[in-house]
Amino acid sequence: MIDLHGFGDQLLQGAVVTLELALSSLFVGLILGLLGASAKLSSIAVIRWIANGYTTIIRGIPELLTVLIIYFGATSVLMAIAGLFGYDEYIEVGAFAAGVTALGLTFGAYATEVFRGALQSIPKGQHEAAIALGMGPIRKFYRIILPQVWRIALPGLGNLFLVLLKDTALVSVVGLDDIMRKANIAVSSTKQAFLFYLVAAFMYLALTIISMVFVSYMEKRASRGLNRG
Amino acid sequence: MDFSVVVEYFPRLLEGAWVSLQLVLISIVLGGIFALPIALARISPVAWIRAVPFAYIFFFRGTPLLVQIFLVYYGASQFDAVRESFLWPILREPFWCAIIAFTLNTSAYTAEIFRGAIQAIPQGEVEACKVIGMTKFQMYRRVLLPRAFGIVLPAYGNEIILMLKGSALASTITILDLTGMARTIIARTYTPMEIFLAAGAIYLVISIVIIAIFRQIELRQNRYLGTLSIKVPDKG
Repeated sequence: MIDLHGFGDQLLQGAVVTLELALSSLFVGLILGLLGASAKLSSIAVIRWIANGYTTIIRGIPELLTVLIIYFGATSVLMAIAGLFGYDEYIEVGAFAAGVTALGLTFGAYATEVFRGALQSIPKGQHEAAIALGMGPIRKFYRIILPQVWRIALPGLGNLFLVLLKDTALVSVVGLDDIMRKANIAVSSTKQAFLFYLVAAFMYLALTIISMVFVSYMEKRASRGLNRG
Repeated sequence: MDFSVVVEYFPRLLEGAWVSLQLVLISIVLGGIFALPIALARISPVAWIRAVPFAYIFFFRGTPLLVQIFLVYYGASQFDAVRESFLWPILREPFWCAIIAFTLNTSAYTAEIFRGAIQAIPQGEVEACKVIGMTKFQMYRRVLLPRAFGIVLPAYGNEIILMLKGSALASTITILDLTGMARTIIARTYTPMEIFLAAGAIYLVISIVIIAIFRQIELRQNRYLGTLSIKVPDKG
């Protein structure tokens, strides 16, 4: 058995933080992705431009830079907004909140493209049938469109989640206590860099494998209506 | 916000951008060279030859690039054998450590892209080569690889963009690439938003230029197809 010099449970705590960060960012990113895709398919040109600007900018700059911009920038932006309402105390944005924002924005930009493709692949007849049954736009979306979009988008979203999981390591740069930072701390006290970074690598690998299994289960579940006949 | 600091430090940022470009170019070229044998081994009919590149690709695609950089830069020096070896002058330099980590990483992704492309070639073309009596080497050199090159281009363009964005991680091991330079300037001026946004804009411009170049190469490479476009399996 490898000797982790007592840092084993620290690393496990880091894994919990990594997972929390990944799942929170996933939640934010999925909502942003659906909004972005709807915006890209909007009939109003200005909304389309905003969505295109969002995906182009986020996908064109490094994730590390996004994390740094949000972490250092959010404080001044929030304070400027709060200042408008007459609140001028110091506001600090934590590493976790900044990480969720930055990774959520990144995931959302890529998910926008995935959802857009899926939304466009739903036959027009499905929309017409739902309207013919008297469904309003919201019910139509939840009952008819979303379940089908979900099934088509899942493989793409699964890939994006694996990318997101690895990007969480970047938030350690602004001081979040995830796997990576716990490994850094262990390295600085034991001087065994190779050992601890390798352990960290295998922890990420384990999380990746678990996610892959889960995504393939979800894919099976989402297409259960299709495999019957 | 005061953007005069951006004007003042713009030449420094460009210096950083040049370092980023060097990192990307060198690792993409080296990664491409390594990727080809890895991809060919990955589709070998012999199971144990397939297993090695499979594990390699799985490791480098399943772990964060940041971990890989730290493994090379901090990890290698844990061993006395490395520090006393002839490789130490290279492994001591953050720049070359970044190149090694990026090359290993991108070769795993690129190998998967190559594999997808080789497998996307219709079986009929392989059979046609055999019927004409080509040797395996001739078949790869004359038909499969040139065909795969055309199919691979869009995905390969994406990989270069991802590498460009990954190169920002070099700043974590003290390299003054575009991000590293931005952080150094910010430490002096304390204007994070202005400088980071300027750095982001430079990355964006580089990405757009890369996309434009690849669109041109793609048009040229696939011109025999007319307006037909080939569907390429997307990278994971």
